[in-house]
Amino acid sequence: MKLNLKIWRQKNKESKGAFEKYEVLVNEHMSFLEMLDVLNEQLIDSKKDPVAFDHDCREGICGACSMVINGRPHGPNGGTTTCQLHMRYFKNGDDIVIEPFRARAFPVIKDLVVDRSAFDRIIQAGGFISVNTGQAQDGNAIPVSREQSSKSFDAAACIGCGACVAACPNGSAMLFTAAKISHLGLLPQGKVEHLRRTQDMVKQMDAEGFGFCSNIGACEAECPKEISLENIARMNRALIQASLTSE
Amino acid sequence: MKTIQSKIPEGALDKKWTSYKSKVPLVSPANKRKIDIIVVGTGLAGAAAAASLGELGYQVHCFTFHDSPRRAHSIAAQGGINAAKNYMNDGDSVFRLFYDTIKGGDYRAREANVYRLAEVSAAIIDQAVAQGVPFAREYGGLLENRSFGGVQVSRTFYARGQTGQQLLIGAYQSLSRQISLGNVKMYNRHEMLELVLIDGKARGIIARNLLTGKLERFGAHCVVLGTGGYGNVFYLSTNAMGSNATAIWKAVRQGAYMANPCFTQIHPTCIPVSGDYQSKLTLMSESLRNDGRVWVPAKKEDADAIRKGNKSANDIQEADRDYFLERRYPAFGNLVPRDVASRAAKVECDKGLGVSPTGLAVYLDFSAAIQRYGKSKAHVLGLHNPDETTIRSLGEKQVEEKYGNLFEMYEKITGDNPYKTPMKIYPAVHYTMGGLWVDYNLETNIPGLFATGEANFSDHGANRLGASALMQGLADGYFVLPYTIGNFLSEDIRTAKIDTSVAAFTNAEEKVQNRLNQLIGIKGNTSVETFHRRLGKIMWDYCGMARNAEGLQKARKLVQELRNDFWKDVFVPGSTQEFNPELEKAGRVADFIELGELMIVDALHRNESCGGHFREEYQTGEGETLRDDENFAYVAAWFWPNIDQEPELIKEKLEFENVKIASRSYK
Repeated sequence: MKLNLKIWRQKNKESKGAFEKYEVLVNEHMSFLEMLDVLNEQLIDSKKDPVAFDHDCREGICGACSMVINGRPHGPNGGTTTCQLHMRYFKNGDDIVIEPFRARAFPVIKDLVVDRSAFDRIIQAGGFISVNTGQAQDGNAIPVSREQSSKSFDAAACIGCGACVAACPNGSAMLFTAAKISHLGLLPQGKVEHLRRTQDMVKQMDAEGFGFCSNIGACEAECPKEISLENIARMNRALIQASLTSE
Repeated sequence: MKTIQSKIPEGALDKKWTSYKSKVPLVSPANKRKIDIIVVGTGLAGAAAAASLGELGYQVHCFTFHDSPRRAHSIAAQGGINAAKNYMNDGDSVFRLFYDTIKGGDYRAREANVYRLAEVSAAIIDQAVAQGVPFAREYGGLLENRSFGGVQVSRTFYARGQTGQQLLIGAYQSLSRQISLGNVKMYNRHEMLELVLIDGKARGIIARNLLTGKLERFGAHCVVLGTGGYGNVFYLSTNAMGSNATAIWKAVRQGAYMANPCFTQIHPTCIPVSGDYQSKLTLMSESLRNDGRVWVPAKKEDADAIRKGNKSANDIQEADRDYFLERRYPAFGNLVPRDVASRAAKVECDKGLGVSPTGLAVYLDFSAAIQRYGKSKAHVLGLHNPDETTIRSLGEKQVEEKYGNLFEMYEKITGDNPYKTPMKIYPAVHYTMGGLWVDYNLETNIPGLFATGEANFSDHGANRLGASALMQGLADGYFVLPYTIGNFLSEDIRTAKIDTSVAAFTNAEEKVQNRLNQLIGIKGNTSVETFHRRLGKIMWDYCGMARNAEGLQKARKLVQELRNDFWKDVFVPGSTQEFNPELEKAGRVADFIELGELMIVDALHRNESCGGHFREEYQTGEGETLRDDENFAYVAAWFWPNIDQEPELIKEKLEFENVKIASRSYK
């Protein structure tokens, strides 16, 4: 099938960037990124600069791929990363617009590659359990109910891709931050630092220039791991509790 | 003649590590603060090491080519992590895990290292739980286990089908904590392009800042490489696109020994190749073989009809199916080790019984499990005469609970529903047992250069058992290296901060810049990707699941020609002084080509079959591997600093004092 692509090209952080049009011939078995590989081979063959995009595992778990396809982060399918999107969901002659994740806290590095290091700094602000190697007691010493562990896992499934931020009109990182806070706070091991962790991470999130949450829910809708808004509610509860109880 | 010293401590096997730990020289906290350590790689082995060393008080400098340490490919490990906890009370023990690993590796691993791995395995689980890894739990709140290939106990801990992700996030969080405390300085989007030696010791690296293209110098008292495996030599593998051998290859070119490079793991259950454009292969976790049954049609005409699309799996009657793993290996059935399962699938496909249009696929079928779970669930619910539909629907729900995300992944890629028709699978390159040669201290033959996780060769012999990679990466990073590194550093406390303005660094930087300039300057007509594909095809055809002397000799010539072509005709766009993913890839592929040649040399010299290394000339009448313990019970360590000379072989003899070396049978 033949596709008409409109792709955001931007040489570096400083330059302005614009859409460019390309045509590409692909088959339906390819993944979306393999379609871009085909395009890049074409560009290289004609000695042009290939389109830069972040990608690595190509099986939906590393969280590297980050593009907005026809207005939606990771494309039209729910619960899917860009690398898991296959061309069978498109048809011959389709127009596809491809842009980087756009948010103030995610500056564009080149073409479709953005800088998501703000996420790392949010984790560094408190997204961990303070335990050194070798300090742990037996893994079965504290029973954790299956439901609790499972809920924690649902939040821990976050791949840190940033689709939630890209989807949000405010560029808010609430879902990402809340997922980490829930993952750890729902487990007995993480409870001890729960309130302090929440305060510290939220503070860092704000400092990074992410927007506020106005309960739109686009983050949940576009999250490739289908992380629930419930986590944001949980984070807000902890934040209020922390502001009333801590120093 | 070069010598090799494994530095295995004296004493009984089960006392070695304990006594080593109580005798290893220590570095005082005041001195630790003055010692710099470079850790390259942030997967399980790298991140765990960096975090633990930071906790100890060393000044750690940690590097990844990714935009975040959390993206390292450990994240994609699915099935689980082994540990000799014996929570299931099914007869597991440290010795049994040790024995299974030695046997699984076809008696080509070092006993003392493997025993230590088994010994520390239980502590890894405790550590991970304490970090907040949400492992699967029983209703009573205790940790759950399942089985993996090559063993007869349940010792695999897991977090749905995303165990690697959860363990890596645990390590990443610990690393993040050390970054926030200032003990670890993290360098994202930095790629190590040279190892710097001063007076024969590893004292630093040259790294390229991938965003700006600038080369940067980093000095340290020692260097740790936790940079993973080199499966991408084959182009198509289950590795991530960026996984590469450049860091370890730079070490080899500086004189580090590369051990057993031909030991490659071909994983039996991957989604088959569907076209030439394909960029990577996707694994379906080994855990699926707990419940999935592997089969092909017994009759060739049925297989033909399926390939032509005239019949489907469900049209084949039970009597006309050949569950070949259960038939050939009744004791272990579908849970034979990976090398055995892969070869068996290849044998069936070579007979013309493959079930995809390419002829290269076998079925992995869950219908029996769906029936079994469905009936059991119906019984629990008190339904005494459930109809077929009820059984199926209850059974599918149970299977979904266990493997839901894997089934979903399969459906996304193939468009087929594995609850209704069996999955199609075929073996694919997955892991490399070979790697940098290390002694008991995880130190290479270059003093001060350490290798952890998949980057070293140490624990898996000629075949790795499922769920043991995560175990090894974390064992090395959390529990082994933090002790053994003291052995080197305690002698180095008087060494001042490494000065990066000395000639060794200047020369190294210049060498790297020249090579980058050369890559850009060729301005040929062939893309990096094309060269990589060609390399992959040579390696898969001649140095893949089955190898023979004639093919390997031919392959070596082909790879040498490819290397010449590459340096004459590669086209790399852009410049060295900018963010340039094609340039990064070009350097990695250039290294893969050289490493590929060494893999071929190693495969050709090892005139026996063992584990994943199957030389067609050396097999039993039943098509099983035929080892030659008299002549090949050694680690093949290769010294190859100069590409224009022949690689030199150094042998480390393997002594088996605690297990009886025997022919490996799963029948």
